[in-house]
Amino acid sequence: MTDIADRKERPQHRARQAPPEPAITGPIEATAQVCEAAGCLSLGSEQVLDAVRAQAVARGLTNVAIKRVGCLSLCAAGPLVEVPERGQIFESIDPSSPASIDRVVDALAGGGGGRPTAGDPFFARQVRVVLVRSGRIDPEEIDDYTAHDGYEALSRAVTTRTPGEVLEEVVRSGLRGRGGAGYPTGLKWKTVAKADGAAGKYVICNADEGDPGAFMDRSILESVPQQVLEGMAIAGYAVGANHGYIYVRAEYPLAVKRLRLAIRQAEHQGLLGSSIAETSFEFHIEIRIGAGAFVCGEETALIASVEGRRGTPRPRPPFPAQSGLWGRPTLINNVETLASIPAIVGRGGDWYRSIGTEKSAGTKVFALAGRVVNTGLIEVPMGLPLRDIVFDIGGGIVGGAKFKAVQTGGPSGGCIPAADLDMPVDYESLAQAGSIMGSGGMIVMDETSCMVDVAKYFMDFCREESCGKCAPCRVGTVQLHLLLDKMTRGEGTLQDLDTLERLADMVKSTSLCGLGQGAPNPVFSTLRYFRDEYLAHIEDRVCPAGVCPMTPAATS
Amino acid sequence: MTTAVTDAPPTDDKKWKMIDARIRRRGRTPDALIEVLHSVQEAFGFLETDVLQYVSEALGVPPSRVYGVATFYSLFTLKPQGEHTVVVCTGTACYINQSSALLSRIHDRLGISPGDTSEDGSVSLLSARCLGACSMAPAVVVDGSVQGRVTPQGIDLLLEGLRP
Repeated sequence: MTDIADRKERPQHRARQAPPEPAITGPIEATAQVCEAAGCLSLGSEQVLDAVRAQAVARGLTNVAIKRVGCLSLCAAGPLVEVPERGQIFESIDPSSPASIDRVVDALAGGGGGRPTAGDPFFARQVRVVLVRSGRIDPEEIDDYTAHDGYEALSRAVTTRTPGEVLEEVVRSGLRGRGGAGYPTGLKWKTVAKADGAAGKYVICNADEGDPGAFMDRSILESVPQQVLEGMAIAGYAVGANHGYIYVRAEYPLAVKRLRLAIRQAEHQGLLGSSIAETSFEFHIEIRIGAGAFVCGEETALIASVEGRRGTPRPRPPFPAQSGLWGRPTLINNVETLASIPAIVGRGGDWYRSIGTEKSAGTKVFALAGRVVNTGLIEVPMGLPLRDIVFDIGGGIVGGAKFKAVQTGGPSGGCIPAADLDMPVDYESLAQAGSIMGSGGMIVMDETSCMVDVAKYFMDFCREESCGKCAPCRVGTVQLHLLLDKMTRGEGTLQDLDTLERLADMVKSTSLCGLGQGAPNPVFSTLRYFRDEYLAHIEDRVCPAGVCPMTPAATS
Repeated sequence: MTTAVTDAPPTDDKKWKMIDARIRRRGRTPDALIEVLHSVQEAFGFLETDVLQYVSEALGVPPSRVYGVATFYSLFTLKPQGEHTVVVCTGTACYINQSSALLSRIHDRLGISPGDTSEDGSVSLLSARCLGACSMAPAVVVDGSVQGRVTPQGIDLLLEGLRP
């Protein structure tokens, strides 16, 4: 796939009236890459792009480019512009300030005054597989994706390799599901590949990123939508499916828009749809939009929602791999899992396996947020110590405050205390510490967070998002929340603490799906590491962090 | 699956033309339900009972199921919304960065909690389960535009700007 011609019919350019581009008379000498992922966009990065372009033209610069790119990952400092030829990134560019715009244009002209990227631990400590093109390519131009080897893995797979060979590559890579549970991806693919597909099979991309504090999948979809489509098509080829669905949250309108555009462009270039890369393989992708139900991230609930029903889970088995969408064998993978596939199939499973740890191969994308300096989207090799993520990449705690804990895995996860900061971040270590990898939300907390209140916060979330189908989750989360609320009001007793633990255990072991089974985890994990805070609330009627209302007890 | 739909739309609003076109394009199948409800809500702002009835007939889905779906998903609303919509994100990063203080400030000023509309019908307040704007926590969305690092004082200014 070298030359993709037919530029005449290239669909949809930016709708807004962009100023003229600087004249090009030779090779491009410098490029201003303006982040237009949702975070920077909402801070005015479209206006930044226009202003930089207008100023570059006004100053008569030639052979420089100003282009839209996806996430530049240092989200805390948006709007961001990177000039890679000068090794500089510019933070918090103000589109209405000529001086701010001039700093970027100076870099294009050969000067510089931005933050150097080389040697900066935020950038240097990352290893990029999924995000390798994020912030490099224009997410709305398929040509930019193909110019960066996009669709090569798919084209090579369908023209030169059997589905079985592709599948073997994924098995060999050791890739595990990035949605949270960490099930071996190759094994899942094998089950679907073996299932009887006479009536058709489906591939579903789970883009219902519901964990609060997680924005990995959103950024991937906004920055490299074609990579997800390519991963889906490769999956379809390997397991014998010709249809795919992307189930994406309605809360992510930009991701939906870019996916729609990406599907249209890929179909137009014969990379999706019928006869892909001029072979007999066909793969069609449709988008389904959610309507705000966290439980739809659970695979059987998601399938119900794609079918237009209430998103309630059902008991497994049968697993979707045997009986999924409309009763047919269905492969469900998360966005990041599918976005890892083109690199694995293109560069080989052994290459992927060489990154990370033995049991947790490859890289993981995290959304680093909370009380950390460098809030943003990061990709690191599995097994990197948590301390390196928080203090080297994350730049430490805001205002130099004291680190208290990191929360991973969202409402089904747990907290890692300061004592465990040196632990490697992989599936096994996180589970051992009483948390889970989860989808990749990583919330850093300092001493201003009360851990009883944190547990209450997540229980409130689960209580509201419980679909109501099974009693342990529907009733249990409400009761657990009441107990926690009682403690934060300073009315809890030691007996309540005992009830809390027993009830949490019951909800965990008897709920129907992952939502209920995981809901008690924040309680368990905060009890494990911060039991003294619970006791302070109960015995001393004090909230050490000063967060809880602690209204005086009614009697006694 | 029902036979051809003969019932006319509940109102003669031109927006129904667009919705009918979408139903036709998508095929009159039950799995189009969520998508069609999105279209209807986009056009009319909320889902009225006679609207649900019409969708039920158009797609051949029992009214109980349409109502079930409309009430299951939190983005669908069966109540009319205010002139402006303010969404306060209560995702983890926003929670850690004191989004609850923003909600109580709005409650102090307008007397409304998430899900309510102010008495004069000018502002509807909603809370969101993470908008993915965690780097700008706490985030508030006012009529579709995201504002980051909002303070309680910022809320005052913001509400000032929404006055009729």
